[in-house]
Amino acid sequence: MKLSVLVNEGPYQHQSADSAIQFTKAALEKGHEVYRVFFYHDGVNNGTRFAVPPQDDRNITHEWSSLAKEHGLDLVVCIAAAQRRGILDENEAKRQGKDGDNIAEGFRISGLGQLIEAGIQSDRLVIFGD
Amino acid sequence: MPMLHTVNKSPFERRTLDTALRHAVKGSAILLIEDGVYAAFDGTVVADKVKAALSDHKIYVLGPDVAARGMSEHHVIDGIDVVDYGGFVDLVTEYDKVQSWL
Repeated sequence: MKLSVLVNEGPYQHQSADSAIQFTKAALEKGHEVYRVFFYHDGVNNGTRFAVPPQDDRNITHEWSSLAKEHGLDLVVCIAAAQRRGILDENEAKRQGKDGDNIAEGFRISGLGQLIEAGIQSDRLVIFGD
Repeated sequence: MPMLHTVNKSPFERRTLDTALRHAVKGSAILLIEDGVYAAFDGTVVADKVKAALSDHKIYVLGPDVAARGMSEHHVIDGIDVVDYGGFVDLVTEYDKVQSWL
């Protein structure tokens, strides 16, 4: 079955970022297709490579990046939510006149249309948030 | 239409479990995750309400989130099924729609 996931919470709020990644892993293990993971609101904070959690703590951004690499996951960060929170890719940094970008490997920045499309294209959309 | 409702907040903190139970039609499934798992334990002030809901709905609780809170499956109300993340995925595919009460 084709599934998509919406993540509305950052890695250090409650538990939803953890739940979302565990759910995504379980879905892939069961052979389902994960069409897209969309990060919205504070969920965009999953996508910064500049976060440095202690070494004995889980690193959710790394986990998303390696899942993306292994399974070709499409990890999409909402552009408006990202701009508010200082999440930039190279193009956006250039466009906004910022001195660097911080998007993590495997993530891309795009618009809310990607969430709508994921909802249309997928059999199920599962929402994780606060 | 029967569907899957997920509840992720404690019934002692928010009213989302009540809202889910009020909207869920007969035959729906309720999955308790994150702090929502507190609704699954016996002996609490909401336990009677949850037991009553079992006559109309299947109720599930996410085992890893029970364990993460230092509770054991022995504390879970009889009739509530404990599932893992794979079981969560199966419930998502079994029901046509998923409503996450946040």
